[in-house]
Amino acid sequence: MSDGAKGLTRQQMCDRLAMEFEDGWVVNLGIGIPTLCSNFDFGDKQIVFHAENGVIGYGPLTGAGKEDLHLVNAGGQHVTLNPGAAIVHHADSFGMIRSGRIDVTVLGAYEVAENGDFANWKMAGQKGGGIGGAMDLAACAKHVFVAMEQVTRNGRPRLVERCAIPVTAKGVVDLVITNYGLFAITPEGMALREIAPGVSIDEVKATVGCNLLIPREVPPVRLRT
Amino acid sequence: MPKSKIYPSFAEAVADIPDGAVIGFGGFAVVGMPINLYEALAKQGAKGLTCVSNGTRGGSTMPSDAPTMESLIGNDQVKKVICSFTAPTRASQKLVFSEYYEKGLIEAELVPQGTLAERMRAAGAGIPAFYTPAAVGTELAEGRETRVFHGREYLLEEALPLDYAFIRAWQADAFGNLRFRRSQRNFNPLMAMAAKVTIVEVEEDILPVGAIDPDDVHLPGIFVHRLVKIPPPPEGWWPQRPAEIAKLEAERSAR
Repeated sequence: MSDGAKGLTRQQMCDRLAMEFEDGWVVNLGIGIPTLCSNFDFGDKQIVFHAENGVIGYGPLTGAGKEDLHLVNAGGQHVTLNPGAAIVHHADSFGMIRSGRIDVTVLGAYEVAENGDFANWKMAGQKGGGIGGAMDLAACAKHVFVAMEQVTRNGRPRLVERCAIPVTAKGVVDLVITNYGLFAITPEGMALREIAPGVSIDEVKATVGCNLLIPREVPPVRLRT
Repeated sequence: MPKSKIYPSFAEAVADIPDGAVIGFGGFAVVGMPINLYEALAKQGAKGLTCVSNGTRGGSTMPSDAPTMESLIGNDQVKKVICSFTAPTRASQKLVFSEYYEKGLIEAELVPQGTLAERMRAAGAGIPAFYTPAAVGTELAEGRETRVFHGREYLLEEALPLDYAFIRAWQADAFGNLRFRRSQRNFNPLMAMAAKVTIVEVEEDILPVGAIDPDDVHLPGIFVHRLVKIPPPPEGWWPQRPAEIAKLEAERSAR
């Protein structure tokens, strides 16, 4: 346990989602927790990281003092380029997104609903907000994964029956990782797939705001061995 | 011979910007941001501007005293901002823009980033409007025209033409053919194509016409009207590694 929360660390959360990436996938990671997915060791799998600002095939972050001042990913982090990388402008970058070239986007969220709606661009009562590339990605990526804490800072559920705040896209989320476990959005509703070590089923049930489909046996969240 | 596109100073390059102009500012997370042109426009003082940019502030490699759109907003030069972020990406950051917007002192049009890019691409490509799946079913689409193609709903978006584009490039020749380096390209060529007048701050010495191979041109000079070479720091503004920023700030304040 770390990050001051129960269950999985943020890196463990992202490692679990990264295990789902398939060989050859083009992956776009949102700002915040999702960026940690790029730390996962993909072994022999070829994963191409796409950034909204037109960097296709970026590699690990650079160390302090070694930054290329002309090269950042969509989170403004100074990255390197992997062999085979390419650079395009913003319209081509989002052309790749809208035309379905992105296999998965991993985004942060304030709320995810049991019907696959999610909200991540403005908080309740906020004027304006921050959309960035999230609406384009959420509407068009083949898969939408969400990485977020199980509850808000005030202890309110983030997994809910219906989003109470304005949505980013409707019915698009496939998979959610929180510090409490791995959840799938299915035609029947929100399903608990795996549970974090040290967290009980009752604790999961008490921290969601929607009906939860729970199989008789819930395996522990798979962690990097 | 047409008039030279090379201007001796940023002040001369922005001297004729009128009140009420619609200006696109390129760049993404500091890279490719026209920092020197922001400063020149802040000094020039045009008011009632509509400013188009992904956001209003840079990132960790932006000198903390560097001019950005935040300076123009703080100068009360801006009427409206068209962008994909009105709020900072981190709760710990504070933006002049967010403060002005929340107080109702400035208008904002919040646009998904890909739609923002495509609206300018369309303007530069002679396309008045297009349909996109982004933002369908959200608050942004309320009351707006949508249409179903092949069973899927799309939102109508209009082109976003600009009066001026302020951009930054790595290399230019005297005709205005440009090359960008790494992620510097971002919104820059799109804004230039959408604009009636494109003003470029150039990092390297401006090359003679023909010095850039035609196959290597990222943005043809027909979209470019004014070029200014950026002086070395501290006179010109350049992104810096965080450790170097503190040193340069000290030099500037000693001047």
